[in-house]
Amino acid sequence: MAEAEGGEVTAREEILGRVRAALGRNPGQPVKPPAAPRLRIPEIPADERFGLFQTRLEALGGKVYRAPALADAGRLVTQIRPPGPAVASNAPILREAGITSLPDILTGLTEESRLRDVCASAACGITGADYGMAQTGSLVTIAANESRLVSLLPPVHIALLRLSRLLTGLDEFYTLVPKPAGGACSTVFITGPSRSADIEMILVRGVHGPKAIHVIVVEE
Amino acid sequence: MMMTRERLVQIQNAVADTKLQNAVYSATARLKEKRQEVVEELPEYQELRTHAAALKKHALENLDHYLEQFEANVIAHGGKVVWARDGDEAAGFILDIARQRGVKMVVKSKSMVTEEIHLNQRLEEHGIEAVETDLGEYIQQLAKEPPFHIIAPACHKTRQDIAEIFRKGLNTECGDEPEQQAGLARRVLREKFLEAGIGISGANFLVADSGALLIVENEGNARLCTTAPKIHIAVTGIEKIIPRAQDLAVFLKLLARSATGQLLTVYTSLLGGPRRPGDVDGPEEFYVVLMDNGRSRLLADKEKRESLNCIRCGACLNACPVYRKIGGHNYPWTYSGPIGAIITPQYKGVLQDPWLPFASSLCGACAEVCPVKIDIPKILLDLRRDVVAERTQASSNRLEKWAFQGYSWLMRHPRLYALAGRLGAIGAKLPFATRIGPAAKWGQVREVPMPASESFRAQWRKRKAAK
Ligand code: SF4
Repeated sequence: MAEAEGGEVTAREEILGRVRAALGRNPGQPVKPPAAPRLRIPEIPADERFGLFQTRLEALGGKVYRAPALADAGRLVTQIRPPGPAVASNAPILREAGITSLPDILTGLTEESRLRDVCASAACGITGADYGMAQTGSLVTIAANESRLVSLLPPVHIALLRLSRLLTGLDEFYTLVPKPAGGACSTVFITGPSRSADIEMILVRGVHGPKAIHVIVVEE
Repeated sequence: MMMTRERLVQIQNAVADTKLQNAVYSATARLKEKRQEVVEELPEYQELRTHAAALKKHALENLDHYLEQFEANVIAHGGKVVWARDGDEAAGFILDIARQRGVKMVVKSKSMVTEEIHLNQRLEEHGIEAVETDLGEYIQQLAKEPPFHIIAPACHKTRQDIAEIFRKGLNTECGDEPEQQAGLARRVLREKFLEAGIGISGANFLVADSGALLIVENEGNARLCTTAPKIHIAVTGIEKIIPRAQDLAVFLKLLARSATGQLLTVYTSLLGGPRRPGDVDGPEEFYVVLMDNGRSRLLADKEKRESLNCIRCGACLNACPVYRKIGGHNYPWTYSGPIGAIITPQYKGVLQDPWLPFASSLCGACAEVCPVKIDIPKILLDLRRDVVAERTQASSNRLEKWAFQGYSWLMRHPRLYALAGRLGAIGAKLPFATRIGPAAKWGQVREVPMPASESFRAQWRKRKAAK
């Protein structure tokens, strides 16, 4: 950042100066590295992961389905989706499952203002998910592969997740993706439908985000 | 210890308000129970706390290094870091951007740091509307009150109160059902999200090796604030730094569990810069305001530095018998509860509200639940000592000084001490001893225990003689 006029000390220099004075450190003084990251991937056999994921997410009010093949996922979407137009993100898995060619589905949107309008009025948003985390019942969506608004504005969110991408939990995710921000501007863990307990601690779903979330786990 | 009359009356009113007491008691009890349940199910909980505390300690001891690393990484992703010495500079920056871009309305997701600097007020003074979007925070804004609790801003209100607030604030009909009230807020705020030129958020963590912010929330309002408007500005304190994204595996396991008893909050967003080429949405501009506002002064105090470990989970508030009685609006500053009691004197000076570190029985419940192991009772004791030291130095209270000198003299003269004890016991039995005179204030809210009929010294002598 540029030096302010009149040789005044910038806020940056002043704050860093105060911090160093407080710690007795010099500019650029090397740092002894912290202890190694604590990442312990639990042993959860692949066939138990699905069950755990389902239990966790359904305890939060989400719904989990299992689809042997991509085509089954397409059929499930038709059954699950609420009446009215749906918006599908540009994730390749949705095309592969034939979802983008279902009736009354808007997809392939690349212009933001249009995407916003569509998301704001759609009955349902359909996306892929980069990973799942069984221990917490979470989806991981990474912006490089997914729109941020499709899983956020419509009142219902349907996501397709490949079984092979269902991880045990946080430790496995951060082992696989040590620096998520390197690859995308946004990495979001979604754990259940939007909720609030701000009024008398009473649970209300769908406060700003979707009030319902359906995850279809695809084995193929 | 010198509480203003006004404050005392306010506290007495809060304690006497059964509706308020019930609301706060049941909300904090719920949060406490839920935390307890999930913590008990996590065998590695204690180990995670130790790890988290060590990471925070390390990050704070090398804060300059990590701040510079964070800044370099934000820039590498196309964002900007703005350094602010205080609230004036932080608000000044936001006002400049708003003016340059012709923005008249900003949406905000919950942030204690912006509460700390009264950002909304500052923006509104310059004709910019700032809309809180967290449901509880929105209720508080309409009620024109600061948040009552770090994570449950409106937990002291009943749904009837809230219906009334919506009716008045939004000029519309509103029933008593939380579902309906939330729906109303959703509709009103949805429009604001899509219209606002700037979204303002806080940050739970600043990840140095990634140049990214981590934000946790349950409603989706923080995601909307940081996605829908063209500009995202995060306002945060310099102490929120952690070294690596991988360290989130530790902190995320503790934060939601301690705060609300969830395994993870509904949305946990890691945000590293503006939208990238090929992205269809997300903000075009991304700024992180790194504010000092007294934090570097706290950092210099080695003995109490760990106060900056706080991840604002609110668990210590729920555990605290004092907070649960007096409530969140009877602390002198933005931060209430045990954490407020230890940081307020450090930010504002110990003589500003000298009673604060003394308003605790040192029961230790706060330290027991703190996920980053801040030794709050010990810091309260340190602060008590600081209050006394600063007072003595200022000689502001000569009477007290004499009293202590007298006491010390008495202690050195055992016979006189014994006599004083007997006189004291007689004095305490006089019916008006704690209703009039210097002890009146103290006696107003306490039942005075009756002294034993015989002093300890006298009993001891007898026992020895009997042997
Ligand atoms: S002091 Fe500890 S328990 Fe209290 S809010 Fe901060 S992190 Fe949570």
